[in-house]
Amino acid sequence: MLKFVIPVMAFLALVVLFAFGLNPHRDIHALPSPLIGKQAPKLDLMDVMDPSRHVDNAALKGQVYVLNVWGTWCVECRVEHEELLAIAQQHVVPLIGLDYMDQRDKAKQWLTQLGNPYESVGFDTDGRTAIDWGVYGAPETFLVDGQGRVLYKFISPITAEVWEHEFLPRIAAARRSGA
Amino acid sequence: MRAFAAALWLAVLLLPVGVGLAAGAADSVDVYGELANPALQSRYEHITHDLRCLVCQNESIADSNVELASDLRRQVREMLVAGKSDDAIFKFMTDRYGDFVRFNPPLKPKTWLIWGAPFIMVAVGAIVIVRIARRRARLPLDDEPTSEIQ
Repeated sequence: MLKFVIPVMAFLALVVLFAFGLNPHRDIHALPSPLIGKQAPKLDLMDVMDPSRHVDNAALKGQVYVLNVWGTWCVECRVEHEELLAIAQQHVVPLIGLDYMDQRDKAKQWLTQLGNPYESVGFDTDGRTAIDWGVYGAPETFLVDGQGRVLYKFISPITAEVWEHEFLPRIAAARRSGA
Repeated sequence: MRAFAAALWLAVLLLPVGVGLAAGAADSVDVYGELANPALQSRYEHITHDLRCLVCQNESIADSNVELASDLRRQVREMLVAGKSDDAIFKFMTDRYGDFVRFNPPLKPKTWLIWGAPFIMVAVGAIVIVRIARRRARLPLDDEPTSEIQ
């Protein structure tokens, strides 16, 4: 009996391991954020488009918002940009940008030429805000609820599918629960 | 021959430039230089070697030249100078980047498997060896193959 059970168990264990490990949709570099469910870190930065303005996430308290980390050096952000413009057109939530490891004039030029999907874009001069948010690359996108809690983080460019299946249901759920 | 001599001369002339470039590259890992206090410097080295550079993932922030690693080294340095403990610095990092940021993850329920895996594997290996040894001990000692082991 044991002679039969052990190989079958070993086989099933391998199936589970491979189903997880060889899954082509799993990004091996994507790390789960320890911020999920916790209070979102502070974001208080100069606005890329207008340095006299401040982007402060304390002012966003009470509404669900999306924070998108990008930079003009980031090729995948260029890929994602079209989708962000489409998302902005839906007017579901405010899109806040975090311009990471970048130069302000380049960022400004990018937004002027390609279109600006963001309500405001914080300019992270020294990468400190990014560290507080646990950012290690771009694009990265956070969803924050009305109570200022991080609901979700997505690493790599957002697609229409990701927006529809990962973001929209969470936004709706957060609004339903009054958060 | 003349071309060869010229190339040789050029190489000799450029050698210091190459060495200078290499030294410059090595320095750029630590743009701020050493900490004045040797005790802090040794803690700084210990901490930065235990923190993973999340961009390259198999390099520590002490070894990596990417911008994030440099930002994180600056963070470690500032916290050390501000008198923060090693634990406080590691907590700062894991609060933001998760346990994966440490090469030496803390022992807790989520990491039991990582720490326990070597012991589990040794135990499984030991069980297998004991079983094989016992089975062999029961085999007849004579050289004639029996029908049982054929």
